[in-house]
Amino acid sequence: MGSNTSYTRRRVQKILFRLGFLLPALLIYTFILLIPIVDSMRLSFYTGSGLIPNTFIGLGNYIKIFTQDVFRERVWGAFTNNIKFFLIVTLLQNVLGFFLAMAVTRPIKGASFMRKISFIPTTLSVLVVGFLFRQILNPIWGILGNFPWLGNEFTALPTLAVAVSWQFIGESILLYTVGIDGIPIELLEAARIDGANWFQEMRHIILPAIMPIVGIVTLLIYVGDFTQFDIVYAMTTTSGNPRFKTDLFGSLFYRTAFSTPARGGWGMGMGAAVSTIMFAVVAFGVGIWFFVFQRKRDA
Amino acid sequence: MKRKKHRTLSTYVYYLAMLAYLVVIAYPLYLMVVTSLKPNAEIFKNPLGPPQSFYLGNFITLISRANFNLYFLNSLIVVFVSLFCIIIFSSLAAFILAKHGFKGSTFLYSFFVAGLIIPIRLGTISILKMMIGFGLHDTLASVILVSIATGIPFGIFILTDFIRMVPDDLMHAARIDGYSEPKIFLRIIIPLLLPAIASVAVVNFIPIWNDFWFPLILLKSQSVRTVPLATALLFGQFSTNYGHVFAMLTMASVPVVITYLIFSRWFIKGLTEGGLKG
Repeated sequence: MGSNTSYTRRRVQKILFRLGFLLPALLIYTFILLIPIVDSMRLSFYTGSGLIPNTFIGLGNYIKIFTQDVFRERVWGAFTNNIKFFLIVTLLQNVLGFFLAMAVTRPIKGASFMRKISFIPTTLSVLVVGFLFRQILNPIWGILGNFPWLGNEFTALPTLAVAVSWQFIGESILLYTVGIDGIPIELLEAARIDGANWFQEMRHIILPAIMPIVGIVTLLIYVGDFTQFDIVYAMTTTSGNPRFKTDLFGSLFYRTAFSTPARGGWGMGMGAAVSTIMFAVVAFGVGIWFFVFQRKRDA
Repeated sequence: MKRKKHRTLSTYVYYLAMLAYLVVIAYPLYLMVVTSLKPNAEIFKNPLGPPQSFYLGNFITLISRANFNLYFLNSLIVVFVSLFCIIIFSSLAAFILAKHGFKGSTFLYSFFVAGLIIPIRLGTISILKMMIGFGLHDTLASVILVSIATGIPFGIFILTDFIRMVPDDLMHAARIDGYSEPKIFLRIIIPLLLPAIASVAVVNFIPIWNDFWFPLILLKSQSVRTVPLATALLFGQFSTNYGHVFAMLTMASVPVVITYLIFSRWFIKGLTEGGLKG
């Protein structure tokens, strides 16, 4: 009997100890990160003029977004811009990032210096990079001529994509470098002894080894780009000038939820609907990544 | 013979690529720093060259007239309080997840790590609502709480992995010596964890320092502005004064670049583990 109660007491103590250690992280993570995302989805079914939408309207906000031209045009515009933006950034960061990673993993002078330097732009704030490029594109410096890169409908979005790639290519280089470093030297040497040329080596050894990294780099770009806001704010303002041609989901969400109606605000309920659509887009991408890259790895 | 020539050729190509890339990275940063050290008249006369004198007027104006020192202090408070809490909370939870597993602890681990890929921005409306409800709106505490929540998944991910590698024998020996679990955590785990803690701190420092979105949404008063928020708001005001603008961008960048350069070893270790195992 006595040993039983002391057993129970020790058990309770153990549970309390575990709970006490887990609780701070669990509470903050759940209440500040997870619940607000779910709660934002809930608010997308409400409408109201104040800060907290309080009239339930079911799918009303979504119906407005998908059927009324004023709303549909903006959401569709941000979606298509975001896809173009994502494709440009993905292409630049994966292709150039991989090629530069090949360069810095060569046993040549300056390679380790370059590894270190290449990450510096990634450490900067997106906002700073955006402002910096906006200034440099100013004709005063004249580096890229007098052309209005950010004022032209066709060049504005690619210019933003290049600025973002300039910043985050360091991350791609870093991840690809780790992947290439991880390929066993014996494998490459064996291939060379067998007379493999550069292309064969690339196709049969290097590319298969770094495929999972292509997946991770693309996933990081996807999630970052479909919530990107800072670059638009800094380079072409929250209305995505010129004429919404650089409007992305992030800037659309900011305007709809947090701006006054005169500056593109649609009310909190509609804003919540926009962020829920963004969540669906992000979840779709993560799902595809999981299906293509993670499942294969487990198999 | 043919092979050798081909290798040298590819080496040249790689060299050329690295050189071109170095110029592409360095030139905008060079312009940023160089322009910040010129008075406005010189910027127009000599926009691309090195500064004629080491002019600090732009920086002095930012501090004396635009309160940049206050914004710096605010950013430092946000970064250090957040990092401190991320490290404490994550290592406490990681200790349980790694060494005191229970039914559902693997699920709990995945539950935390899922946060690595969940963009917290998508909950902004509710976060704003909640901060107003708690009366934390327009205080640094609101931004700190968000930063902690964002940093915890990475902290738990790295630290759980690291604590798993601590030999169980070491903990058993400590228990035989009469150490309680909290004491094991404090005296044995934490000292072994220091390199991993350094990684968590450096990797989190950068996004917290750079965060612009949450300060923009949650902070209103001038007295609580962080560096990125102040940069954004002053940019419009200074837009024609290039010296001030570039000095501001330089000041916002120096802390992160220096931190990265000093701690790059831990940084790269943390980031590659986070990116590749996840």
